[in-house]
Amino acid sequence: MNANSLVSLENVGLRIGNTLILRQAKFELEPGEKVGLLGPNGSGKTTLLRIIATLLRPTSGSGVVLGAELGTDAVYDVRHRIVMVGHLPGLYPELTLGENTRFVARLTGHPVDVADEALAMVGLAGASARRADQSSKGMLRRAELARALIIEPSLLLLDEAHAGLDAEAIGLVDGIAHQVVTAGGAVVLVSHEPDRLNVDRSVQITDGTLEAAS
Amino acid sequence: MTFWRQVYEIARKDLQVESRTAEVALMTAPFGAAALIMIPLAIGTDAPLLSDLGPGLYWIVVLLFGILVILRKSAVDGGPQRDLVRLLGIDPAARFAGATIATSLLVLLFEVALGPVLVALYNPDLRGWPWLFLILPLVAVGMGLLGTIAGGVTTSLGTRTSLTPLLVVPLALPLLLGATQAFEGLQLGGSIVPWLVLLVSVDLALAVSGVLASGPMEEAVT
Repeated sequence: MNANSLVSLENVGLRIGNTLILRQAKFELEPGEKVGLLGPNGSGKTTLLRIIATLLRPTSGSGVVLGAELGTDAVYDVRHRIVMVGHLPGLYPELTLGENTRFVARLTGHPVDVADEALAMVGLAGASARRADQSSKGMLRRAELARALIIEPSLLLLDEAHAGLDAEAIGLVDGIAHQVVTAGGAVVLVSHEPDRLNVDRSVQITDGTLEAAS
Repeated sequence: MTFWRQVYEIARKDLQVESRTAEVALMTAPFGAAALIMIPLAIGTDAPLLSDLGPGLYWIVVLLFGILVILRKSAVDGGPQRDLVRLLGIDPAARFAGATIATSLLVLLFEVALGPVLVALYNPDLRGWPWLFLILPLVAVGMGLLGTIAGGVTTSLGTRTSLTPLLVVPLALPLLLGATQAFEGLQLGGSIVPWLVLLVSVDLALAVSGVLASGPMEEAVT
């Protein structure tokens, strides 16, 4: 286990009921790294991402994320340094994109102007008053990326990072990821389309088992 | 960000969501009022009987239809919204308190909306009515607490809509008892203090349980 690692998982496993979803996963993430997590549907990519995000507690093995040991109360203190953009939007459908973003800004101690600026930076300045449930998938993804601009996370986790995005939005994802690694953070991008990932290295996950991708 | 600021932001967000869906104002409240209107049609226009039964029926309607208020879609966040709030580093107790405040305000709104229907149709004896300014919020807070706890327990279960009433109704019985007996005490001119103590005690017990369980409930979600 490298003392400088932002994420260090040692033989981490997750069993839900009788189903073993993740087995003996070993994973290290260093500052400034951008790692791709590849694998077919149902292979455990999202589960691993949620463990790294401290949202799931492993049922075996041990891990440290941003200095906090998984499964302990210490994770509460580091969660605000993690942004995860899942394949389902973490937005309130009934609220506008602006309200959603300002909600995040207020709860993270930023002035609401920062939220408006972030929305503008992801190209949604004109769509601030649009309800989330009336926005396109691409707009929702952009609004979620605005969250990363507000929080400036140490760890950015992008599930299906490029799914359903146009070329400009893909450039935006890559730009924000670059910003995070430049600031000393790290990024994990999940995808089942390796050709579209612009990463330092990739890890393949198959049936819950991790291995370095060729 | 202080604890109470987090509470405020969560409550504000919940009420903002509710204001968009207007489930309580446009659906549940008229539905509850319709129930109060139907009862006189069923039992006839015996004015003294209706006057006697009115308050009890009102509280039953508040309890049963209040479950619809606390079951409303917006009361329970979906998985991605829960993840968002957890990653924002919000104290689970603050989230519990914020959600409870929002739900309690909606139940109170529901109670107030039914009030004129009760008075118009049942003409109940309203002696000591100022006490209602205490009884209505105490019941609303109890319902809000119960709803938030039940929502937390059943949040990731597919049977949420059937399980929540099964959890809430038995636990709400002390609230129903306290409210009806306090109302009756007012009409008879007796002391209502024991019933107010019951309501306050139930609310306190639920608040303490909810705050203590909020962290484990949040972390138990997969």
